[in-house]
Parts: sequence; C-alpha cells; structure tokens
Amino acid sequence: MDALIDLLPELWTATYETLYIVAMTLFFGGLGGLLVGLGLYLTRAGSILENKPLFFVLNLLVNFIRPIPFIIFLAAAQPLARAVTGSGIGNNAIIFTIALAASFAMARIVEQNLLTVTPGVIDAARSVGAGPIRIIFTVLLPEALGPLILGYTFIFVALVDMSAVAGYVGGGGLGNFALLYGYRQFNPIVTWAAVLLIIVLVQFVQFFGNYLARKALRR
Amino acid sequence: MALVSLRNVSKVYPPASKGAPSVTAIDSVSLDVEAGDIYGIIGYSGAGKSTLVRLVNALEHSTSGEIIVDGQDIAVLSERELRKVRLGIGMIFQQFNLLGSRTVARNVAYPLEVAGHPKEQRTARVAELLDFVGLADKAGSFPDQLSGGQKQRVGIARALATQPSILLADEATSALDPETTHEVLALLKRVNVEFGVTIIVITHEMDVIQTIATKVAVMDQGRVIERGPVFDVFSNPQAAASARFVSTVVKGVPSAAELAVLRERHTGRIVTLAFRDSAVDQTAVFGELSRAGVAFEVVYGGINEIQGRPFGHLTLALSGVDPVIDQVLAHIRTLTTVTEVR
Repeated sequence: MDALIDLLPELWTATYETLYIVAMTLFFGGLGGLLVGLGLYLTRAGSILENKPLFFVLNLLVNFIRPIPFIIFLAAAQPLARAVTGSGIGNNAIIFTIALAASFAMARIVEQNLLTVTPGVIDAARSVGAGPIRIIFTVLLPEALGPLILGYTFIFVALVDMSAVAGYVGGGGLGNFALLYGYRQFNPIVTWAAVLLIIVLVQFVQFFGNYLARKALRR
Repeated sequence: MALVSLRNVSKVYPPASKGAPSVTAIDSVSLDVEAGDIYGIIGYSGAGKSTLVRLVNALEHSTSGEIIVDGQDIAVLSERELRKVRLGIGMIFQQFNLLGSRTVARNVAYPLEVAGHPKEQRTARVAELLDFVGLADKAGSFPDQLSGGQKQRVGIARALATQPSILLADEATSALDPETTHEVLALLKRVNVEFGVTIIVITHEMDVIQTIATKVAVMDQGRVIERGPVFDVFSNPQAAASARFVSTVVKGVPSAAELAVLRERHTGRIVTLAFRDSAVDQTAVFGELSRAGVAFEVVYGGINEIQGRPFGHLTLALSGVDPVIDQVLAHIRTLTTVTEVR
C-alpha cells in the first residue's frame, strides 16, 4: 500500500497517458473505420456506389488485418510506424499502430451498422433526387447513429485494451504502469490499482455511450 | 402525347450465379399513362409490377426499350440528369420509408432540401402539406410514434413536396388495414383531383383498383396481359388472370367445380346473365321471367359498381317447362348476354 502511495504521481501520469492514447486513437481509428466501413457498405453489390473490384480489395484488406493478434500486429507494423511517425517506439508510434488496427476493426462494425438501415429509406431519398454524398450525410449516418454510437463505445474498450498491450513496445499508460511497477516488482496492489482505474474508465465511457445511443434512438 | 410512355421496355436481371438462367422481370411492356389518369397496375407478387414502376423514376434501369416521361427518354439520361427528373416524380412505398431520425415536418421538408429551397419557403410548404394530409398536429412527432395510416399520409405529403406532376404508389396500402386503406385511397383521389397529379398505383388488391383507378393494366410474368378502362376490364375480363382478380371483388361466372355443386342442388336449367352498365335493365329482365311465369332463384354471382356504373353476373336456376323457358330466354337475349350452363 505504501508503495502505491509513493507511486501516485506515476499513476496519474499513466492515467493521463492512457486517456491521451485512447482519445487520439479513437479519433484517428474512428475516422479511418468510418471511411473504410462506408467504403465497404457503399461499394457492395446492390448498393448506391456498387464497385465490385473496390469492394473486393477493401474486404480482403479488412479480413487480412483483423485476425492478426494485436501484439503481433504491433511488432509487424513497427517499420511502417517508424516510416510514418519517425520512431518505432513511444506514444506516437503506438497511436499510429493502434489507430491502424482499430480502423479495420471499426470498419466492420460501421459496415454492419449501416446495413441495418432499411434499403427502402435509401430508395425514398433517391426518389426525391438525392445524390450519394447527400444520402450518406442525411440518411445513412443519421439513421444508423444509435448503433454507431454503441459501436464506437465498444471499440473504445478495445482501444483501452490495445493501449495497455502497447506498454510492451515503449508506450506509456496504465498497462505499462501495471507491468512495470506491479507485475515485475511482485506488487499486486499496484497492479490492481491500475486495473481498477481501467475498470472505472471503461464503466464511465460505456455508461456515457449508452446514454448517447439512447438519446439518438429516442428510447 | 402520353405523360408516361413505355415502349417495348424489358428488364433482365443477370444470373444470380454461374449457370443459373437470367431473370426477365419485365418482358417488352408498352404502356401509355395520360396526364390526369389514376393508372392501376395489378398483378400477383413476382409479376414485375414493382420493378416496372421503379423504371419510371429510374430507381432501376431498363435493359432495353424507351421510357418517355414528359417528353424525355429517361433511359438515356445520366444519373445526375435523372436526379432532376426525379424531383418531378413523387413516390410512396408499402413500408412508408420515412426517415426515423427526422420529425414528421423534417421528413416532409427533405425533398425541398434536396431541391435547394430556402428555409422560409420550406417551412411554409411543409405546413401547407401537413394541413392537406390532416397531420398538422403531428409536425414534431417522430415516425415511430405514428400509426401506419398516419405514416403513409406523411409519405404522401413528402412525395408531393416538390409539386411533382406524377406520383408513383408502390403497394402504398398493402401494409394497412381495410379502413385505413380507404382513407389513404381517398387522399390519393384528392391529390389527383385537387392538384391534377397523375398517379400510377401498383397493387395486388383489386379493391384498390376498383376504388380509385380510371385505367388498369393486368400484369403476369413480366407482361401486360390486359389493359383498358377499369369498367371494361371489370365487367368483361378477357384474360384468365384478370378474371381471377375481378372475382376477388365480385363473384362472376361459376367455375366448373362450383357448377358441379350447384347442379347437385338444382335439377332445372341454369343460366348466367351479364349485367353491364345501366344499359341492361335488371327490372326488365326479371319482369320477363315473372310475366312468363318462370320461377327462378339467384344461385351465384353478384353486382358491383365502378364509378357509379353497375356491373356483374347473376346465375339463375330456372324452373318451368322447357318451351316457355326457351321463349323467355329469347326475349332476354335481346336485352343482355345470356349463357346457358349445362
């Protein structure tokens, strides 16, 4: 317990770092997921921008990357992270790699949520002369907003998980804190303090996500 | 020149998988819809009627043939040009297809947003439309708070927002109960009469055709098998499928099986009389029978009315002596068509 009190400043720094990494990856990964997910949805057979070759490529890419265990992806994507961010380790590299992995995970969730929009409402929008861009922003995204918020809440939890694993390659955060000060120094109380903070964080975000989704779905 | 004119239009879907046959949804259909018509297209599910109506606003593209809407062949237009054409064609759907994320007022405003009308104009037009469909008090409600009939009325208001000259109704009442169906049909009739909107109604219910349509085309397996003014098709259907549809709203001529049942109960002669329009005077026909002293019983059939004109078939079982019956039937033949069934 005394060890934990001594480590409090480090714990707060780690919490802040986790929040930072998660926020950045949620933004970039979320955006990437939205784009790839929309791409999958719009280019599939029978959709408004049907494009079989593009769909095939996107689908293959998502199926290729998604099953790779994150810790292996982290190592495999290191050269790419280095090329993009200038370093293979540290928070920026971590953010890049997590955002990349999250994009493909999120893409499927976005695609699935968009598929819940009744094709009929898209027909209705087309019948009054709406074009594809307008349909995306005025029909698809608003109609799927509730499930999309829940999807993003779900991916948030996955991001916290990924950010903790990223402690292995020099990323900061609660995962790194638990490994460094708790697990390796045989101090379970320190480990559990980090775990508790993660649980509180996830609970809070899940609660908030549910609230927003309820508002979007009006129920 | 017809407002909507289809010339040898076909729609063929490519095979679903390799080796499977391609599917011909529409098989060289030609059809003329004049301005002001309420044109009914009836057929069983799978007859191709929904596909046909979706060709008119190019939600789907024809494989061959000309589709001329208001003098313009839309089959050759680009997607961008088609969007302009669609502003002049409203559409309502079986499942209403309202935007669940928007209020009633914003659903009705949607086509106006697409057409680029300024906000004040939109607000005024939406109020006017909601008033017309009788939902002014529901402007702030969301679609999932409305009944089916109310949803369809919102659908109609939305379809009329940009003042189209054509309204396509794709099974617009098929998800509604009979009473609500008649409310919605009455509203469509008002749209036709008050705004002069030409309406194409797709349905599998003959009742819908009978209630509002002026002309009808019967579709079967992608083809139009019969067409004409509703009264003519109802009172004298030529194709077997047409007769089946007509028989859903009024019993016509008994089938062979039904006749066998009638034969068991009635040993005398059985005749079917056609009544078409007021040209055939029922009083005169029945007067002939009673004057001749021929007793009769109505055993099958019915009389219905379209646009105020009665029509139908009545099958009578006659009892009396043969020469007298022959004589009276000869008299009745001068009044209407008599078919003796044996």
